[in-house]
Amino acid sequence: MKEFLFVFRVDLSKMKQLSPEMLQNVAENAKNWVASVAAQNKLADKGNRLVPGSGKVLKSKSLITDGPYVETKEAINGYLIIKADTIEEAVGIAKGNPIFTFDIGGSIEVREISTL
Amino acid sequence: MNEEKLIPHLFRTEYRKIVAVLCKTFGLEHIETAEDIASDTFLQASETWGIKGLPENPAAWLYTVAKNKTKNYLKRNKVLADKIIPQIKYDSSQTEESEIDLSETNIRDSQLQMMFAICHPSIAAEAQIALALRILCGFGIDEIASAFLTNKETINKRLFRAKEKLRAENISIELPPPAEISNRLDIVLRTLYLLYNEGYYTSQSENVLHKEFCYEAMRLTYLLIENELTNLPQVNALFALMSFHASRFDARVNENGDLVLYDEQDETRWDQQLIQQGIYFLQQASQGNQLSKYHLEAGIAYWHTIKADTPKKWENILQLYNRLLQIEYSPIAALNRTYALSKANGKAEAIAEAEKLQLSGNHLYHSLLGELYTDVDNAKALSHFRTAAGLARSTADKNILVNKMRKFENNATLP
Repeated sequence: MKEFLFVFRVDLSKMKQLSPEMLQNVAENAKNWVASVAAQNKLADKGNRLVPGSGKVLKSKSLITDGPYVETKEAINGYLIIKADTIEEAVGIAKGNPIFTFDIGGSIEVREISTL
Repeated sequence: MNEEKLIPHLFRTEYRKIVAVLCKTFGLEHIETAEDIASDTFLQASETWGIKGLPENPAAWLYTVAKNKTKNYLKRNKVLADKIIPQIKYDSSQTEESEIDLSETNIRDSQLQMMFAICHPSIAAEAQIALALRILCGFGIDEIASAFLTNKETINKRLFRAKEKLRAENISIELPPPAEISNRLDIVLRTLYLLYNEGYYTSQSENVLHKEFCYEAMRLTYLLIENELTNLPQVNALFALMSFHASRFDARVNENGDLVLYDEQDETRWDQQLIQQGIYFLQQASQGNQLSKYHLEAGIAYWHTIKADTPKKWENILQLYNRLLQIEYSPIAALNRTYALSKANGKAEAIAEAEKLQLSGNHLYHSLLGELYTDVDNAKALSHFRTAAGLARSTADKNILVNKMRKFENNATLP
């Protein structure tokens, strides 16, 4: 069994337009999705959500900027690690994520974790 | 209580105390000696009391005999005496009370320390439960063998190997240092949890509910609560969980000894005192910021003490299962989470989720799908119940499934 990192990105400007009820709805769907993965015994690490609109990028010791994706359309808002036999299976799991059922410009990057 | 009933009762309550104190005195490497002395004491009791009648204070009589037997044993056995006498500072000129301390405090401390010794990381989980049942709870080998649906030899072998391991690892009977308690406690709690489950589910046994196992698990958990070093939130959470489940003991079994499912239970037979006790200990458990799986399971059990189906109840149960699965996967939690999902969000969503679980070898999986398909696709429901009945091991489980199937067959004959 391999492990895959899921990196979640959303469009923060679209997130901001959602009503509090809608945001709540997004959060609940996301929780149920994570639990669904866990119920299949395919959750390796529940990961974390990241604080929106914060972050720094160090291009060198002296060149420090606010993260490139902090206020953009592709802000990383969370990550987790799942277990799957193949990347196709991992993609299948990712497809069920509610990030795609709401208009929040969401995407998921799926990367196999190196065991070396 | 007459002598016939009194001796088994005293065996259950006093054997383990004598063994714990003697083990504490001799060291775990002489655990068999401690057991032999305790067994001999009871043998003598049954012989003497049968002839001379009951002593005034039977427990005190047992303690005195156990002390004398220990003293004689140490005198007889020079090897053991040479090793142990320096430890216990045995001195024949002193009064016998000074050697073996069978005071309430020492009994309690010895049992608590024994619990940590038995639940040492080097001992296999299965062996820990057998040792706990024998040494901490005083169950007979017969009773343990029947609970595990196996024979006496298997249990004896399992116990023997575990004792060998205790010796080989040179495990001492003491509480771990404070910094390690929380870690070591994990295994102790897991063993107590399994011991309780063994009583509650008795998956391998014909007997529906080994209440005694459950009560013993509760007694041992309470020993941890009584000691301030081990009185931690997760211990209180486990005790709350056990209390909530125990509240349904009477309602869970009908007059024929068959299992009554939750939905069909008469909630007026739920023990309100145990429910209140559970609520109290769950509140105690919420001090601090630790959230163990016992907290989540106790929370789920709490919501089950409210019989009425409300959206709030099932939404809460669903979220608790969601978090539980993220702490620790188990097939049973995955199945129960899916059931809660059907109650909270409807059967269609739950069926889709259930089919992802890949637990087709588990009778509970088919039983769940049977429930979910009921009134959605009764042919599928019946087929799943039939598969479940084929996979179920215990008669109690099979009976429940056959009853479910019968309902479909009856309905099918209706116009």
